[in-house]
Amino acid sequence: MSAGKSKARRIARVALPVIGAAVVLAGVLTWRANDASADDVADGTTAMQALPAPDPASVARGRAVAIAADCSACHTRPGGGAAFAGGYPLETPFGTIMSSNITPDRANGIGNWTEHDFFKAVRHGQSPDHFLYPAMPYTAYVQISDEDMHDLWAYIRSLKPVSAVPERTDLPFPFNLRILVSGWNLLFFDNAPFQTDASHDAAWNRGRYLTDALAHCGTCHTSKNFLGADRSHHYLAGGTLSGWHAPDLTGSAQTGLASWSEQDLISYLQTGSNDHAVAAGPMAEAVEHSTQKMPAADLGAIAGYLKSLPAHSDNAAPKALAASDPVMQQGALTYHTQCSACHTPKGQGIAGMATHLADNAAVRAEDPTSLIHAVLMGAKAARTDANPTGAGMPSFGWRLSDEEVAAALTHVRNTNGNAAAPVTANQVASLRKSLDAREAR
Amino acid sequence: MASALTQTPRTRGKVDAVIVGLGWSGSLMAEELTRAGLNVVAIERGKWRDTATDFPPAVDMDELRWATRRGMMQPQAVETVTFRNTPEQTALPVREWNCFQFGWNVGGAGTHWAGMTWRFTPWDFEVASRVKRRYGMDGLDPGLLLQDWGIGYDELEPFYDRFEKIAGTSGKAGNLKGQTVPGGNPFEGPRQSDYPTPPLKDTRWMGLFRQTTEAMGYTPFTIPAGNISTEWTNPLGVRMGPCTYCGYCEMFGCGNWSKSSPQACILPALTRRSKFEILSEAEVARVNLADDGKTATGVTFVDANGQLWEQPADIVVISAYQIDNIRLMLLSGIGKVYDPATGKGTIGRNYAYQTISGANLFFENERFNPFIGGGALGLQIDEWNGDNFDHSGLGFIGGAGILVNSTNGRPIGLSDQVPEGTPAWGSEWKRALKHSYQNGTAIFNQGTSFAHRKVFADLDPTYKDRHGQPLLRVTFDYNENDRRMAKFTMDKAVEIGRKAGAKTIQAFNSAEGHNTPYDQRSTHTTGGVVIGADRETSALNRYSQSWDCHNVFVLGASSFPNNAGYNPTATVGALALHSARAIIERYLDKREGLVAA
Repeated sequence: MSAGKSKARRIARVALPVIGAAVVLAGVLTWRANDASADDVADGTTAMQALPAPDPASVARGRAVAIAADCSACHTRPGGGAAFAGGYPLETPFGTIMSSNITPDRANGIGNWTEHDFFKAVRHGQSPDHFLYPAMPYTAYVQISDEDMHDLWAYIRSLKPVSAVPERTDLPFPFNLRILVSGWNLLFFDNAPFQTDASHDAAWNRGRYLTDALAHCGTCHTSKNFLGADRSHHYLAGGTLSGWHAPDLTGSAQTGLASWSEQDLISYLQTGSNDHAVAAGPMAEAVEHSTQKMPAADLGAIAGYLKSLPAHSDNAAPKALAASDPVMQQGALTYHTQCSACHTPKGQGIAGMATHLADNAAVRAEDPTSLIHAVLMGAKAARTDANPTGAGMPSFGWRLSDEEVAAALTHVRNTNGNAAAPVTANQVASLRKSLDAREAR
Repeated sequence: MASALTQTPRTRGKVDAVIVGLGWSGSLMAEELTRAGLNVVAIERGKWRDTATDFPPAVDMDELRWATRRGMMQPQAVETVTFRNTPEQTALPVREWNCFQFGWNVGGAGTHWAGMTWRFTPWDFEVASRVKRRYGMDGLDPGLLLQDWGIGYDELEPFYDRFEKIAGTSGKAGNLKGQTVPGGNPFEGPRQSDYPTPPLKDTRWMGLFRQTTEAMGYTPFTIPAGNISTEWTNPLGVRMGPCTYCGYCEMFGCGNWSKSSPQACILPALTRRSKFEILSEAEVARVNLADDGKTATGVTFVDANGQLWEQPADIVVISAYQIDNIRLMLLSGIGKVYDPATGKGTIGRNYAYQTISGANLFFENERFNPFIGGGALGLQIDEWNGDNFDHSGLGFIGGAGILVNSTNGRPIGLSDQVPEGTPAWGSEWKRALKHSYQNGTAIFNQGTSFAHRKVFADLDPTYKDRHGQPLLRVTFDYNENDRRMAKFTMDKAVEIGRKAGAKTIQAFNSAEGHNTPYDQRSTHTTGGVVIGADRETSALNRYSQSWDCHNVFVLGASSFPNNAGYNPTATVGALALHSARAIIERYLDKREGLVAA
């Protein structure tokens, strides 16, 4: 026996139990992360299509759940696809994920699923065939109550089957290996039901349930790590996704909702705008598909809950750049010739149409992605029953250089009550590239 | 190429109402009918047009494209009109849009209009009876065809009010419920409420005109404008933004949601309704009639691919451009064609225009800054309009709104605003233009126009459109009434110009010579399918319903029996809303003529 072998054996003797223990522990944790036993409350024996017609009262409640959870926004192909028939492309850093058909169609929808299959997919990201990518916000939906899930199932069952086959999701290796999601769940999925906080009243708890579980606000408004998981200590403090920055929803004075009243929030969610802001981009979709249709009491609960969030950051506002700064001067010129017709010379905007830029926390966001996005690509305001106007900001990408966009936004971020870091031409150039915006002439 | 109209048509599903032409009238009617629960299809010959994507303010206004080349108007290759002054002449096709400004694309002329949002006065609706009562007909041009509208100002007032609120009109009331209000037009009919948004601000030239006319004892007031002064949310929940006085209104789409238009005011709400459908790039060739000829069964149209279709409908609303309304009635064989020899027949009768005079003025050491502009930004005095003054012994009826309009400072358009006698090019022209850009302006008299026995529209015997259907032929010239009135008001403009201190005054009177469609004094052609109380002299009853085909309704300035000294849009809008109310509240139950013939 050689000394080498003996050494190896010694190492193995020590290491194997450690590795074994780690594997067992990892196995236990992975099992826990992917444990869907909470879904056992649902029936796993009868496929949807074999069930009797759902109870209309349950269907009606389930419709409200589906609206609050904004299912149709992602499960409908943009530009006229049948509702819930899938085909919405979600752009992620890992590739484009296509949403699935969740109508009761047997062949291409979920007509063959049982209620248990449905619960497991929605709350634990596990369909009968494979793991779902966390683009499906089961990380939030895990908190949906059993009652709401039963009603949602009833509502989905009541939909007309549509046989549309959405494009396949085809992520590049290694992200095409869906089994890896189980490991992702181990690392990042907080597999726990909603916990009522007894120190707060029912409205507050309802607001938190809506915010966290159904409306899954954190999907955009909480920043993500490099593997796309929530940075939990940055809860609702703003995140950047798909070329838009979802602003800070905490009480921060500089970038958050400190200056918004509860009524401001309600009116924003109901109409798509208020005196501060006009929803555009993905938030316009959320307002159009979801929040404008939610009951006023629920919007009030969300508003109350968000307004209760302490400031994520109590950073004092920086000192505004001096108007005499050459970049500020260039920016002022661009602003007054290109922007002021709608946003007005003093940045007051037009109610319900053009964002009020003066003293606006979202304008001061640390990450100016949304501002740059709107200037380069234009933006379409939410069209709602309460405000059907659907005002639009035209694209300026083709006529303003990176420097001009940066200067104009730097000016906007440092005038009329705003003070924030300058926007750089590099930031504009990089977003211009990733958005495939037109080059300035 | 064989005409698309010879194909066997395909048939669409029947709807409650089909609307031909989606401008102001069509949009207002569609909004009312869909809100009442009817299924409505609107067929528009031009393309879909939307404020954000088609008129983005990030794109500089291109004067050459839109104003000079009339980019928002219907191409003549699609359709034009033939024109002559008298029945003895041979009409020729008009090849450039000046006085005729066919709307094109969704929004129609309501997209490219300037924005003046006037109500007609009570007198304008009852010219025949009021003239007979006050003056008698002695001394007037014996060829005038005067007739009342069958509807009075008071009945139309709530619909004017509704239109102004939808449009967000800026202005100042002069007559609130019979009480004269300082600052407004004291000659207007009584209003139930003030304008939705306050009047626009005066420019330097408006200020000078205001001061001058006030000193002369006149009552100047700010013209009611569809270039609105402040933010506004209209009754449909649609929002508008304040005008920036950019001066690119007439001939342009407004990217700032400041100019009242179907796009800015109605379509955002209308297009959300599931009962509403738009077929754009589809041209209606005719209204189809039932065998007995007493009702319409729908319309026949050609789509963008040249496919022929039938759109069956219980109600047909013709709301195209005024010229096309007349033409569609003639092509469809609805009503009797007007015969100038006998005076019988109604379709093509009561064609009218406007009678324009005024004065070009050139000042010294002024700074008018004409780039501060708005399509309807201006002042007017109404002392010499309508029947606001005693016409005894004058030999004419009617008058003109005497107005100044800070409409724009556009470089191409202003290049010939130099004193007469200036060379058309070279250094002397440049010097004159430089001077007159800041010192030149005008007083403009927008005058009444009354129908005349020898003025009419019919189908041209020679010229046809791309589908082989005859063009409309217009036979028009000014009459003696127009000439006298224009001269009278021209002298008033000259007097004001002199008092204002103009150094050079060059008066003009468009009615002096013969009318030509290449002279764009007014773009307000009217009549041809007019409303009235008597089916012998009108094509439509007071609800804009055809006397001959009870489920056909015709909307637009084609309904006016006579034209006023005001722009037509608000009256077009009010008549459309009045008609819509009648359809919803009275016609749907009865399905018959709403006025006994």
